[in-house]
Amino acid sequence: MFDSLTKNLDGILRKLRGTGVITEDNTRETMREIRMALLEADVSYKVVKDFTNACIERAKGQEVLRSVAPGQQVVKIVHDELVNLMGPVDHTIRHSEHGPVVIMLAGLQGSGKTTTAAKLALYLTHKGHAPLLVAADVQRPAAIEQLKVLGQQLNVPVYAEEGGRPPRICERAVQVARDRNCDMVILDTAGRLHIDQALMEELREVKEKAKPQHIFLVCDAMTGQDAVNSANEFNQQLEIDGVILTKLDGDARGGAALSIKAVTGKPVKFIGVGEKLEALEEFHPDRMASRILGMGDVVSFVEKVQAQADVEKARELEEKIRKRTLTLEDFLDQLQQVKKLGSLKDVLGLLPGMGGMDFSSAQNEIPRVEAIVRSMTPRERMDPDVIDTSRRQRIAAGSGTTAQEVNQLLKQFRQMKKMMKMFSESGGKSKALGGLMTRMPGGAAKMSGMRPGKRPR
Amino acid sequence: MAGFFDKLKQGLTKTRAKLTQSIRSVLAIGQKLDEETIEGLTDVLIAADVGPRAAERMVGDVQQAFRQGRFTDADGAIAFLKQDIERTLHGWDTSMKWSASGPTVWLVAGVNGVGKTTSIAKLAKYYKDQHKRVMLAAGDTYRAAAVDQLQIWAERVGVDLIKHQQGADPAAVAFDAVDAAIARHMDLLIVDTAGRLHTKDHLMRELSKIEKVITRRLPDAPHEVILVLDATTGQNAVQQAKLFHESIRLTGLFLSKLDGTAKGGIVIGMRDVIDLPVKFVGLGETADDIEPFDPDQFVEALFAG
Repeated sequence: MFDSLTKNLDGILRKLRGTGVITEDNTRETMREIRMALLEADVSYKVVKDFTNACIERAKGQEVLRSVAPGQQVVKIVHDELVNLMGPVDHTIRHSEHGPVVIMLAGLQGSGKTTTAAKLALYLTHKGHAPLLVAADVQRPAAIEQLKVLGQQLNVPVYAEEGGRPPRICERAVQVARDRNCDMVILDTAGRLHIDQALMEELREVKEKAKPQHIFLVCDAMTGQDAVNSANEFNQQLEIDGVILTKLDGDARGGAALSIKAVTGKPVKFIGVGEKLEALEEFHPDRMASRILGMGDVVSFVEKVQAQADVEKARELEEKIRKRTLTLEDFLDQLQQVKKLGSLKDVLGLLPGMGGMDFSSAQNEIPRVEAIVRSMTPRERMDPDVIDTSRRQRIAAGSGTTAQEVNQLLKQFRQMKKMMKMFSESGGKSKALGGLMTRMPGGAAKMSGMRPGKRPR
Repeated sequence: MAGFFDKLKQGLTKTRAKLTQSIRSVLAIGQKLDEETIEGLTDVLIAADVGPRAAERMVGDVQQAFRQGRFTDADGAIAFLKQDIERTLHGWDTSMKWSASGPTVWLVAGVNGVGKTTSIAKLAKYYKDQHKRVMLAAGDTYRAAAVDQLQIWAERVGVDLIKHQQGADPAAVAFDAVDAAIARHMDLLIVDTAGRLHTKDHLMRELSKIEKVITRRLPDAPHEVILVLDATTGQNAVQQAKLFHESIRLTGLFLSKLDGTAKGGIVIGMRDVIDLPVKFVGLGETADDIEPFDPDQFVEALFAG
C-alpha cells in the first residue's frame, strides 16, 4: 500500500512510453494515482482536491504532449508543486538585542513536545547559544521530571516550579534566563486538545506573559486527516510561526506537512527523526515531497551516504558503472561503505520500495559475502569470469562457505551488473548516483538472500 | 453505561461541530444518489481516516446495493453504509480474556506518544472499581521519568507497581512482575512497555522477548496483548498494527484520544490488512476517562459532526 505510487506510476509510465503521447485521459490516470498516494500519505482530502486540480491545470498549460517521457513530466510537475507548497522554509531563530529569545512549543498530547524541547536545546547549543529549558507542563505526571533528566543529559539548565500556573512560570523563567545569561528560552507546555478552550486560553496567557519570538506547533508525522483541524485551531489561537514535525524516523509518509502548510500558511521548520537528542533536522520541502509521493527520500539517502561514505569512491564507482567496469573489488568496497552507514534498514528504508523489506538477514549475511570476496585473488575480483571449478572450491574453503554459495554470489553479482547497465543507459548523471545507491545495496542484499517483506495491497 | 457522547460534553465546549466536517454539509438530505453524493460519502469516510482505498471499496458496495434497488436516495445510502460498518463492528470480540486460575496478564504496547501509560492507568482504575486486585509493571525503562509517571498513576489509582531502575531490562521487569503477581495473588497484572516505532527491528525484538519471558513464567499469559492506537493516527496505523502483530500476537486495540476531533476511522480501514477489535476507548486525561468500545456509538460519531 505504501509503496504503491512508484509501482503504479511505473505501470502508467510504461503505458505512456508505448504510446509516446500524453492525452488528457493519461493525465487523469496519473492524477488519480497521485491523488491516492497523497490520501494514503494522510494529506487532507480537501487539500488533495485543490492540489491535484492545480496540477492538472499546470500540466495542461505545459507542452507535455510532445514530451519524450510525459508521465515523468507530470510527476515532476506534481513534485515541484509540492515543494512550492511546503516551502520556502526559513530555519533561522531570530535574535534579540534585548534579553533572551523565547521559543514556545505547543501541541496535542503525545506529539513529542518534551523530547523536541530537549532536541531544540541541543540544536541551539550547537549553534553557540545558551538555552534555558522551562518545564511548563504541570499537567502530565512526571513531565517536569522528564525534562529535568533530559536537561541533565544535555547539561542545559531547566527551570521548573512545583505547583503554580504555567503563564507565571514562563514569565518568571524569562527573568531567570536573563539572570543566568541564557540567550534562549524554550517553553515546554503541556499537551492539550485544540478544542479544550480553558487550556487554549492558558496558552494565550503564556504567550502574553512570556512574549515568545517564536511559537512552534509540535505535530506527530503519523497524524491523519485531523492534522488540519488541530493545526488550524492552534494557529488561530496563537499565531504560530511554524511546525516541528516529529517521529519521521518511522515509515509515516507525513502528509500533515503539506496539509498544515496549505491550510494555515505556516511551514514545517524542523523535523524529529529519532529518539536520540541529536535527531532534530532542518526541514527540506524537496525531500518531504518525495516522501509524501512515496518516491522514497532519495536525496536524504544520497546525502547520508555522502556524509559518511567516501565521496570520491562513490564518484569513482559511478564512473565505473557508466563504463560498466564494476568489479567484485568495488563491490567489497561498497559493502564497507554500507557497513559504515549503520543499520541497513535505517538507510535503505529511505528508499522507494524498500520500506517494507526485512533487511535483518541481509545485514547478518554481509560478513559471509565479505569473506567470500576476500578469499578471491585480486585477479578474480577484477574478472570473476576466470573463476573455474577449482578456483571456486579454493574460495569456498578459504571463506568457510560452499561452492554453491560462491556460485550464488557470482550469479547475483552478474545480475546486478546487468541491472546497473540497464540503469546507466536510462539515467542521467545526477540520477546515476541516486540510482546506483538505490540498486547497489539492494543488489548486495539480494546476494545474501534478502527476503522482501510482504506488501499490504 | 454513560455514553461517550455524554462524557465528551462534560468539560469540552462544542467547537467540535464547527471544526469537523459534518455529513449534513456534504450531503443534502433526500438528495438523489448521483456522482456528487458518492464523492461526498467517500469524503466523509476519508475525513474520518478510514483511508482512500477502503473508502472506495465501501462506497463501491453502496453503489452496488443502490443498483440492486435496495435504496433510492442519499439517506438510504448513509443508512446502508452505517449498517454495513456496524455489522462488522458487532462481529468483533471486544471482551477481555481472563486467566482460568492465577493472575491474568495483559501486555500493552504502542508507538511513542499514543498514551500507553495513561491508558494503563485507566484500565487499572476500571478493573479496580470492579474489585479486582490490580498490579502494574513499569516496563518503560527507556524514556526519562516514564517509571515516575506510572508510579504517580499507580498511587492515584491505588494499585501495586513493580519497577526497576531506568535503563533496566524491561523483560526482567515483566518477569519479576509476573512473579510478584503470583505471590501476591493478584487478579490482574498490566505490563507497560516503552513506546517504540514499529520500524525499529531491535526494539520490536525486545518487545517479543518481553512477551516470551511472560509466557515462560506463566504459560497461558499474556492473556491479552493490546496495541494502544492514537485516534488521530492516519494511514500509518495499518503499518503499526501489522508490524506489532508480527512481533507480539496482538489481541486487540485500545483507541486513545477519542475526545478530540479525530474519529479513529482507521480501525475500520485497516480491516483489509489486519482485523483487530477495539476493546476500549480513551476519552480524556483522568483515570475515569475510559469506556468499553461501543460499535453503535462509534459509527454514530463517525458520521456526526
